[in-house]
Amino acid sequence: MIAKGNFMHMIQFPPRAFGSAVLIAVLMAFCVLPARAGVEIQDVTSPQGVKAWLVEDYSVPIVSIRFAFKGGSTQDPAGKEGLANLMTGLFDEGAGDLDSDTFQLRLDDAGSEMSFSAGYDQVSGSMRMLAETQDEAFALLRMAILTPRFDPAPVNRIRDQIVAGIEAGALDPATKSDIAWAEALYDGHPYARRDEGTAATLASITPADLKAFHARTFARSNLVVGVVGAIDAETLGRRLDELFASLPAEAELVPVPRADIKLGQEIRVDYDLPQTTLQLAYPGIERNDPQFFAAYLMNHILGGGTFSSWLFNEIREKRGLAYGIGSSLANREYSSALVIGTATRSDRAAEALELIRAEVRRMAETGPTEAELDFAKKYVTGAYAINNLDSSAAIARTLVELQIDGLGIDYIDRRSGLIAAVTLDEVKAAAKRLLTTEPAVMIVGPAAKAAPAPSSGAIQ
Amino acid sequence: MRLALDKDLPGWRKAILALAASAMLWWTAVPASAESVPAAQAIADFKLDNGLEVVVIPDRRAPVVTHMLWYKVGGADEAPGKSGIAHFFEHLMFKGTKTTPQGEFSLKVAEIGGSENAFTSNDYTAYYQQVSPDALATMMALEADRMRNLILTDEVIGPERDVILEERGSRVENDPGSLLSEEIDATLYQNHPYRIPVIGWLHEIEQLNRLDATAFYDRFYAPNNAVLVVAGDVDAATVRTLAEATYGQVPRGPVLPPRVRPREPEQNTARTVTLRDARVSQPSYQRSWVVPSYTSGTREGLAGESEALDLLSEILGGGLRSRLHQELVVKQGIASSAGAYYQGTTLDDTDITVYGSPRGSATLKDVETAVDAEIARLIAEGVTDAELGRAKNRFLRSLIFARDSQAGMARIYGSTLTTGGTIGDIDAWPERIRAVTAADIQAVAKKYLDASRSVTGYLLPAEGDAG
Repeated sequence: MIAKGNFMHMIQFPPRAFGSAVLIAVLMAFCVLPARAGVEIQDVTSPQGVKAWLVEDYSVPIVSIRFAFKGGSTQDPAGKEGLANLMTGLFDEGAGDLDSDTFQLRLDDAGSEMSFSAGYDQVSGSMRMLAETQDEAFALLRMAILTPRFDPAPVNRIRDQIVAGIEAGALDPATKSDIAWAEALYDGHPYARRDEGTAATLASITPADLKAFHARTFARSNLVVGVVGAIDAETLGRRLDELFASLPAEAELVPVPRADIKLGQEIRVDYDLPQTTLQLAYPGIERNDPQFFAAYLMNHILGGGTFSSWLFNEIREKRGLAYGIGSSLANREYSSALVIGTATRSDRAAEALELIRAEVRRMAETGPTEAELDFAKKYVTGAYAINNLDSSAAIARTLVELQIDGLGIDYIDRRSGLIAAVTLDEVKAAAKRLLTTEPAVMIVGPAAKAAPAPSSGAIQ
Repeated sequence: MRLALDKDLPGWRKAILALAASAMLWWTAVPASAESVPAAQAIADFKLDNGLEVVVIPDRRAPVVTHMLWYKVGGADEAPGKSGIAHFFEHLMFKGTKTTPQGEFSLKVAEIGGSENAFTSNDYTAYYQQVSPDALATMMALEADRMRNLILTDEVIGPERDVILEERGSRVENDPGSLLSEEIDATLYQNHPYRIPVIGWLHEIEQLNRLDATAFYDRFYAPNNAVLVVAGDVDAATVRTLAEATYGQVPRGPVLPPRVRPREPEQNTARTVTLRDARVSQPSYQRSWVVPSYTSGTREGLAGESEALDLLSEILGGGLRSRLHQELVVKQGIASSAGAYYQGTTLDDTDITVYGSPRGSATLKDVETAVDAEIARLIAEGVTDAELGRAKNRFLRSLIFARDSQAGMARIYGSTLTTGGTIGDIDAWPERIRAVTAADIQAVAKKYLDASRSVTGYLLPAEGDAG
C-alpha cells in the first residue's frame, strides 16, 4: 500500500538503518524487571503440569497472554521455506468446527485481539482480551492453538498475500540487501534463508505440510507462557490446562547447528541512491557467557540506544553525517554478533565508514573510561522498568523472553548486582575480544561513490 | 509474520497509527466513563498563571512517569518559504542552554536509564522523557529551561541541518511510497499548508538558518502556547507544585493570533498523481478526499460528521473484517491488500483515503474498479446494523486497551489539546460514537466519496502497463 507517512518525524533512529534481520534488538533478549519495580512474578503450575509466569494486576480490566514454542523458521524443511511463517497467518482463519469467517466474527465479538508470528527460533502467539469476556476469548484461543483447520481456501489466500509481499520487495534496495547480508553472513545455515520463503517454496506447501508442522512443533516440551493482568493463579491454572494440556508432551525438533558468522568479507549492493547504507558485523557473545554484561556495557558505550554513544557523537552530533547510527548485540539461539548500522549521504560514505572503524579501533585499543563505564551501568540498570513495564503486553513479552533465555525467576533480583560487578578491565577485554576481528561490511549504494575496501586485509 | 500489518487487526491499527502518526481520536481513552476506573486515576487539568495548561493522568502500576511537553505549533504554522523549520527546530531544542551545556539534558536522562524523544506533526511539536518518578522534578526543570534559554549558534545549526537532510534522505528519498505521498498531499491540498511536508522541501531545508530558528523560537515557544501532560506514577498535587516551581517561572510569551490558515477552495476535479520508480515491482494506488476533522467539523457547523467518517472508514476498510478486505482480498481474491483510513485529530480539514494493490492475475484497474463498486454499494445501500454495532464495539473497547499504556494516554490528551480539542471532547467521545446511525454514515459517504472530486495516486514500476 501507499504509505501516508509524513506527519511525524522522530529524532531517533530511522528503522531503515536497522533493517537487517541481524539487527533484531537484543535488548529484549534479556530485559529484566528491576526489583524496585514492585512487579511480583508468580510461578504458576496448572493441575496438569503446564507452567507459566504470571504478573497479577487489576488496575485495568484486561488480560494479556503471550507464549512461544521454540523452533521457528529454522524448522522449515528444505524446499518448504516459509512454512512456519505461513502457518502463523492461519490461526485466525478457521479452527475447531468454525470456519474462517465464523471464527473471525466470534473473535471480534469477544472483544479480543489475537496474533501469531514466526521468528527464526520460535513461533509466538499472544492475545489481549477484556477480563469480562475472557471465557469466550480463551475458548477461541484454545481452538486456534489445538485445532487450527488450515482449510485450502485460506491457505491459498494467505500464501498469495505473502507471495505478493515478496514480489513487492523484489526491487527494493533494503529488501535485496537484507537478503544479501543474511546469505553472506550465515552461508549454508538456516539463518541464511528468507523466513517468509520464496514464491517457489511457498507454492510447494500443502495443508498436510502445515498440519504436520503444527503437530511436531506445538508441544509442551518447547512451550513457555507469560500472563499479565486481571487473573489469579488458580484461574490461570485452569486456563493453562484448557489451552495447552492436550498438546503432545515432546516436540519433534530438527537439530540446528551453531552458525559461524562469516566475517572478514565485503558485500556490495550497487544501487543508484542518494544515501548509502552501511552495516558491519563483528563477533558477538553468548548470552550465558560470564563476560556477557561486560560486552553489553561495552556495546552500550560504543553505539547503544541513547543520544550519548561514541558513534552517535562522532557521526551524527559532530559531523551531521547520518540521522541514525547505532550498534547492538544481535543474539539468536544459534549465533551471536555485534552489528553496527547507519545510512549516510553517498558522497561521504567512505568517510563515515572510516569514522566508524576508527571508533571501533579506539574501543578495542584504549576502551572507555571509568566514568563512561559508571554512566553506562546507571543507564543499563535503570532502563528496564521504563523499557519493559510500559504495558501489560510488554511485561508479558518480557516474561516469555526471560524464560526462553533460561534466566530464572530470581534473575530480576540478581541482575543489578551482575552489572555492578563488571570491572573496567573486563569491559576492555570484551572490546579486544569482539572488535579486533576484521568485520563483515555491507555497502548498499551507488557503486561509483562507494566506500573503499576496508583498510586492513582479509577481504575475500 | 510480515503479513500482519495487512491482516491482523491490532497490527493493522498499529500500522495506521504509525502511518498517520497522529493519535486518532477513536483511540482515545475515557477515564470518566463507567468502566470501573479507580478514583485514584482521575485526570486533573489546570492552568498556571502564565497560561501553561497542565494535564495529569495518574497510573500507579509501575514506578515510571511520562513527561511530555506539547507546543501548539507544527509544520502548518510555518512562514511561507520556511518549510521544515518546525521540525528543524525540534532538533535544535537538544542543543543546550545558558545553564545546561549541549548534551547534558540527554545525559541526565540516560544516567537514570530514562528514554527521551521528540516529534513534530503538522499541528504540534512535542518533547518527552520516560523516567522514574524521582527524576520528574529534574526533567521539568530542564524542559522549562530550554523553553526560553536555548543558545542558537551557527556552529550547532550547520551540522544539525546536515542531519536533517540525511533524515529526509532516509525517510523520503529512499522510499518511493513517501515520495508519492508528498506529491499526493501537495495535490490534495492546493491552498492549505497541509500541502507542505512536515520535514520540509529539500531546497528550503538547505536554506534554513539561525535567524529563522530564532524567530521561530521567540514566536512560538512560550508557556501560553504549550500543554504539559504528565502520566504515570505521580499525583496531581505533586505535579502542580513542581510545575509552578519550574514552568511557572517562565514569563508568558506574546499573544499569538488564532491559528487561522488558508482554506481549501471547492474542489471540482479528479486529480491524478503517478510515480514510476525502479524500486517498485508491485503497483498500488490510493484515493483521497478532503473531509472535516473533529475540530474543523465542529468549527464549520458539521459536528458529528467526524464520528461518522471514523466509523465509515472502519466499516469500509479498517482491518480484516472490513468490506474492502472481505470483498477484494477474501471473496474476489484480486487484492493483496485493500483498506481505508481516516485521521480526525487535526486542527483543520483532513482526508479520508482508500487504497489497494492487486495480486495474482488481477490488475490495478481491477482493484480500483472493485473498490469503486464497494463505495457505490455503501452509498446506495448504507451499512447494516450488525456491522455498525461491531465497529462501535471495536472503538469502545480500544478505550479500555488504551489505558494499558501511559505513554499512549499522554499522547491522546496532548494531540487532542493541541489540535483544538478539549478534555470534554475526549470525555464525550464514546457517547458521540454510540449516537452515530447507519443513516449518518451513508450521508457522509454520499457527501464526500465522489471520485470526480478526488485525488488518486499511483505507485508503479518503472516500466510496463499501469494495469
